[in-house]
Amino acid sequence: MKFTFKRGVHLSYGGKSATSVLPVREYVTDYVKIPMSMHIGAPSEPCVKKGDLVKIGQVIATPVGPLGLPVHASVSGEVTAVEKIPYLMKDPVTVVSIKNDFKEEWVDLNPLGSVESVDPSMIIPAIRDAGICGMGGASFPTHVKLSLKPNQKCDVIIVNGAECETHLTADHRLMLEYPRRIVDGLRAAMRALNVENGVIAIEDNKPDAIEAMKRAASGRDGVSVCELRTKYPQGGEKQLIEAVTKKQVPSGGLPIDIGVIVLNVGTCAAIADAIIDGMPLIKRITTITGCVRHPANLMLPVGTIVEDIIGFLGGFPEEPGKITFGGAMTGLCIPNMQIPMMKSTNGIVVFNEREAMSMEEGPCIRCAKCVHACPIGLNPYRIKVEADADRLDAAKKLNVMDCMLCGCCSYVCPSRRWLSASFKIVKEKLIRQAKGGQKA
Amino acid sequence: MMNILFAAVVLSALGLAFGLILTFAEKKFRVDVDERIAEVRACLGGANCGACGYAGCDNFAEAVVKGEAKPNSCPPAGEKGAKEIAAIMGVETSVEEMKVPRVLCSGRAGVAFSRYRYDGYRNCAVADGLAGGPKMCRFSCIGLGDCMDHCVMGAISIVDGLAVIDYDKCISCGECAKHCPRGAIQMMPVSQTVYVNCRNTDNAREAKSVCMSACIGCGRCKRECKYDAIYIENFFAHIDPEKCTRCGACASVCPCTAIKDLINGLPHRPNFY
Repeated sequence: MKFTFKRGVHLSYGGKSATSVLPVREYVTDYVKIPMSMHIGAPSEPCVKKGDLVKIGQVIATPVGPLGLPVHASVSGEVTAVEKIPYLMKDPVTVVSIKNDFKEEWVDLNPLGSVESVDPSMIIPAIRDAGICGMGGASFPTHVKLSLKPNQKCDVIIVNGAECETHLTADHRLMLEYPRRIVDGLRAAMRALNVENGVIAIEDNKPDAIEAMKRAASGRDGVSVCELRTKYPQGGEKQLIEAVTKKQVPSGGLPIDIGVIVLNVGTCAAIADAIIDGMPLIKRITTITGCVRHPANLMLPVGTIVEDIIGFLGGFPEEPGKITFGGAMTGLCIPNMQIPMMKSTNGIVVFNEREAMSMEEGPCIRCAKCVHACPIGLNPYRIKVEADADRLDAAKKLNVMDCMLCGCCSYVCPSRRWLSASFKIVKEKLIRQAKGGQKA
Repeated sequence: MMNILFAAVVLSALGLAFGLILTFAEKKFRVDVDERIAEVRACLGGANCGACGYAGCDNFAEAVVKGEAKPNSCPPAGEKGAKEIAAIMGVETSVEEMKVPRVLCSGRAGVAFSRYRYDGYRNCAVADGLAGGPKMCRFSCIGLGDCMDHCVMGAISIVDGLAVIDYDKCISCGECAKHCPRGAIQMMPVSQTVYVNCRNTDNAREAKSVCMSACIGCGRCKRECKYDAIYIENFFAHIDPEKCTRCGACASVCPCTAIKDLINGLPHRPNFY
């Protein structure tokens, strides 16, 4: 039986075919820029300065605040600059630039051994010290997600291997090449929280990955593989929970409220690396595809600069129009080629000028396609009316805060209205309003 | 004959009875409507712009008469209106000088350096959230028209990537200044005809690397000013409107053409050397 959720859209997944059969290759640059805010929460505080020599895995920034994470050097060499550069967000971000000396010097790692024998209370601190955040895109610190309040109880951990975004194949390749690591990471999370059930959920357009994960999961306590129907946004946290458990996360609530935790496959593999090898999160698999000469799945040190990656893959065959971190639906545009990739960059997709062109916005024709597409069941066209008029309270009443900006409404709109883009602004304004209210 | 008399008597009796009822109702259910509300209403701008913070002009007039609102809080009515309202209400009012919105950025396309070509949703707030906006300067007017969308009078247009206000149409309601995500539009006293047309407080090297027309805090205007009205803070020239005599000497020497003098029509030069 294949599981799914209500509504959503069926995308064309042709973009995946270019890289889904390519094995992961290793690529190490001679120069990395490591951003200090790769996770949600306050940016980490750099603890190295210009001229310092760092080893691979050395802590170069210490966490700040409750959602903070440490940052580790991904190459060995000399720190050439600690500076602010414009990044994907509104405000500039501090980056630590390291020139690689290719000596491959590592700090002393502290492996904890097999995930089945390690002391469960050691697991969450190890995850925090490894600097692991969600690797599917939202980059929420994983140790915070796994730290339950006394009144919370987790019944099932779902591993998200849906990869419903277009173009991306990083998780697919990870599942094919490191299936045991993913299961190990899941077992570690299950043992840390004393959870009986672990479900690995994969869309049915990746039958080879389902096969590989089933093989890796056989004989492990409580781990099962669940086949999902291919539909966007199947990999959205709440949609995945609805598909697997048939339960809905309450409005404004978190998955833990109904006893579920969702982890990305990349996060699970990183957890396994942190426990078994003591290795911090300094590398990840990223899909580079679209308008590049040789699309590939690369294992990249965190902080590799986009220009170097594109150069390694033979440059652009034609003039690029837009480059996004992430897939076509939820990816963020990058402003220039000097931008480094981060822990949650699961793909770098290059669009040519024709693909990147925006359509002119037309008037709403009340066709209600967006209503049929919204996986949460909102009324996007009505929220858009309120958003355009800047009526925040009315938009809030229409539950705009539950919108997860999947982009289904914008995708199906025949008038090419900027639906999810305007919801993003409304959400930001409402969050700012709420924060202002707390201070006052 | 009898019929006519009968009808006349009945009608008179009815008229008397209804007259008594009306008189009673008038005495008993009388609602005092302050005639001043209508008078105050007549002094206002009448555009229902909402700049006063009330739901339209009628609502504001009521609030003034109740004493909740100040007579001078209708920007479109201006100084004259405020005085008239104060006379009706019989109160003193401090007549504040009328404030007009000024776009504090001279970074037209070609003058401010571009970070990337923006082709998305025409909304300043969206573009601002994307790597700090399509222009390199983090203080600049983004030029996608959030102010234009919120202007009830249609007084704002976007020319060369910069918001331009038509002061013939502008009623100084301040909606544009409220909706600019960067605060690049600010309300200034109308008499302040010499002002720094920039907000960049970065140091000279950084400011110059993002815009040809950015104030770099060089201090030439300060040296030129005979009235000691200019001071430099955070690499940015501030003009003290109290001391400034609007002579425009500063505008004529600014090497970055960042100071605007509306009376003398400076800067003459286009925004480059």
